[in-house]
Amino acid sequence: MGFSAADLQAIWLTLRLATVVTLMLLLIATPIAWWLSRTRCRWKGVVSAVIALPLVLPPTVLGFYLLLAMGPNGPVGQLTQALGIGTLPFTFWGLVVASVIYSLPFVVQPIQNAMEAMGERPLEVAATLGAGSADTFFNVVLPLARPGFVTAAILGFTHTLGEFGVVLMIGGNIPGATRVISVQIYDHVEAMDYAQAHWLAGAMVLFSFAVLALLYSRKRPLLLK
Amino acid sequence: MSKSILSARFQLDRPGFRLDVDLQLPCRGVIALFGHSGSGKTSLLRCIAGLETPRRGKLSLNGETWQDDNHFVPTHKRRLGYVFQEASLLPHLSARGNLNFAARRAAEVVTEAEHHRIVELLGIGPMLERPPAQLSGGERQRVAIGRALISKPRLLLMDEPLASLDQARKQEILPYLETLKTELDVPIIYVSHSPDEVARLADTLVAMEDGKIVASGPLTETLTRLDFPIKLGEEVGSVVEATVAERDAQWQLTKVTFDGGELWLRDSGHAIGRRVRVRVLARDVSLSLHQHNDTSIVNSLPAVVEEISTEQHPGMALVKLKLGNTPLVARLTHRSAHHLALAPGKPIWAQIKSVAIIQ
Amino acid sequence: MAPTLRKQYLLGLLLALTPLTPLAQQVSVAVASNFIAPMQEIAAAFERQSGHRTVVSSGSSGKLYAQIRNGAPFQVFLSADRDKPAALERVRLAMANTRFTYALGTLVLLTSSSQADPEAMLQNGHYRKLALANPRLAPYGAAAMEALSALNLTDQAMPRLVLGENIAQAFQFISSGNAQLGFVARSQIARDKSFDGRYWLVPAALYRPIRQDAVLLKRGADNPAARALLEFLRDETAIAIMRDFGYGQPGEE
Repeated sequence: MGFSAADLQAIWLTLRLATVVTLMLLLIATPIAWWLSRTRCRWKGVVSAVIALPLVLPPTVLGFYLLLAMGPNGPVGQLTQALGIGTLPFTFWGLVVASVIYSLPFVVQPIQNAMEAMGERPLEVAATLGAGSADTFFNVVLPLARPGFVTAAILGFTHTLGEFGVVLMIGGNIPGATRVISVQIYDHVEAMDYAQAHWLAGAMVLFSFAVLALLYSRKRPLLLK
Repeated sequence: MSKSILSARFQLDRPGFRLDVDLQLPCRGVIALFGHSGSGKTSLLRCIAGLETPRRGKLSLNGETWQDDNHFVPTHKRRLGYVFQEASLLPHLSARGNLNFAARRAAEVVTEAEHHRIVELLGIGPMLERPPAQLSGGERQRVAIGRALISKPRLLLMDEPLASLDQARKQEILPYLETLKTELDVPIIYVSHSPDEVARLADTLVAMEDGKIVASGPLTETLTRLDFPIKLGEEVGSVVEATVAERDAQWQLTKVTFDGGELWLRDSGHAIGRRVRVRVLARDVSLSLHQHNDTSIVNSLPAVVEEISTEQHPGMALVKLKLGNTPLVARLTHRSAHHLALAPGKPIWAQIKSVAIIQ
Repeated sequence: MAPTLRKQYLLGLLLALTPLTPLAQQVSVAVASNFIAPMQEIAAAFERQSGHRTVVSSGSSGKLYAQIRNGAPFQVFLSADRDKPAALERVRLAMANTRFTYALGTLVLLTSSSQADPEAMLQNGHYRKLALANPRLAPYGAAAMEALSALNLTDQAMPRLVLGENIAQAFQFISSGNAQLGFVARSQIARDKSFDGRYWLVPAALYRPIRQDAVLLKRGADNPAARALLEFLRDETAIAIMRDFGYGQPGEE
């Protein structure tokens, strides 16, 4: 048997999507996690709850409301149209946006936990040694939070790989743009092509397992001279 | 040596605690902030470092204002070094990495020679490549001290640096601290609740209680105040600056001289001419009206009674003596004081039982 | 209470609470999503007339098929196509000689805006996205592709297609405005006046008839209620309901 051309395209697309989403999430989540770990502002609880919403909403529900919001009559859609980029549903970048929202708590929380765990002391030490805020952030906070970043990246990547409900709602199943592995497997099952489904699902499990095993068994030395 | 003044005024509110101090001190040597836990000494140190933001604050060092009503120089712009109670080495860097972190951010370039000197002074050469997790508590603290010094700070702040170490480690590090005092020109503010450490290291003593300063001044003068506001219990005593004059090889004794006389003590290897500190605890000083030679007590010196206090201990009296210009404190029973008819101005002989060189 | 007396008491209680009388049975039905609305009305009518009870579950035909193959306790299956009931018959999970076409599906072309003429939009290419159900999975999607081909519009439409997993999703794409045009089942808009004037009834000649088959499953073989339900689907009452929802009957191709 083996993979059809459509399957290979879906695999490649899914990997691209997961990579882009993970990188964007790391960039977006880091300042958010930093703010949440240090602020004493009264809005902290509200912001944390909003970010964590995707954890409790069924993905199809989330996808449905994104479909409305990003559509031509929704607030986001009107914005994107005003900017001249059309609407986001049925596009790769629409999926990226939706995936970022959907996986945000999985990336923010590990980073935030790592930043909270280090406490105030390393920051005070850095200040007494002459390091300003940016200096401290890049040379002390980030290295000390590294385990949190690794966890966040793994979670973000694998969560996006397996994402189904949201993609289902706003993807439109367009080859090369939104036809990802999870939808492809689902379609194989719907069409009773079980053998194809097994191949794809097996490949997905093997790949995820390899990624996780590689990352969890690394013995990176903790020191940077 | 420049004569700089440290001027600090802070009001800090925390739940269940209030710091309210106003301090003007000559900023040289070792200034000890002494008090029990909760007295506010660490809070004051942190305010000086800029790690706390008090409601009202003014801080200046030799005319340079670090804080007032209009502005606040952030910690990283103050040229100071800080040693925390638990070493707090950056865990993702080796010992060398920690030193380099500081050296790279120093206000002036740190030369190889200067870097090397700090390493030598603190004896941390062999441990440079190791990560903090592989160092003992004492080693970590020495690296932390080196790290604080390497950027040539104008002021070194130390927050109970020996508190988290056991006796053996403490004894290991104290000599290094004493060396720092003599070898480097940087003023040190040293927070401690240990009278022993204060006696060994301090030049100026600032005593604190409940967030307020209750006594401050030169060490010996302040420490020997009979109304010293902090209960010292068995630690009441005096610190005497003396010089090694003679060494007796036969009896393994050393003689030190000070302006009030001379003392014989156990030989501890110090060379002749060396300046040393000697601690004389009040419980080791007994008084007699006449000099006695038929006693095991080696040291017997003429003194004058200056002051007597009976408030502190039930049935006990503290007597402040002057030997030349040097104050000593003796502790005896109230009954003995009465029996000897002690009164201010009365000449007396002080018998000093055991004396230890503490430096 | 003595043990044996207690047992009798409980048994009596249990029997008294059992809602079923010896004559009235319960039948569990699996229905393709596109037919759920008419099925609810048909089931109600059936219950009134026969005294039997129905339990209706819906889903995509593919999902229901997979579930039935893996032991789901359905007794009657109303699919959206012919293939799945036939496949179940081949593996003996459906009873022979019980399969029949219960409805003919009708395809319509719907537009999201209330001002436009969907047929003209399609012909002239005045749309950005065209939604339909995945032809691989849904007979209405396959029918839509056939219609496009018959109109020689496949090449024009292909790059602008967005596929929903089923016609319900295709409908969502249109109603949310994300697709300007889309092929859906007539039954989806049959009862909704707001769609009047916004759809084009695709001529039956342009696509192969969408025959929706029903079949008695093995688990329902001994259930008189199951057989009665299948009979009822050929009854006047049921057919009238289906017509109201825009479904045709076999023989009207």
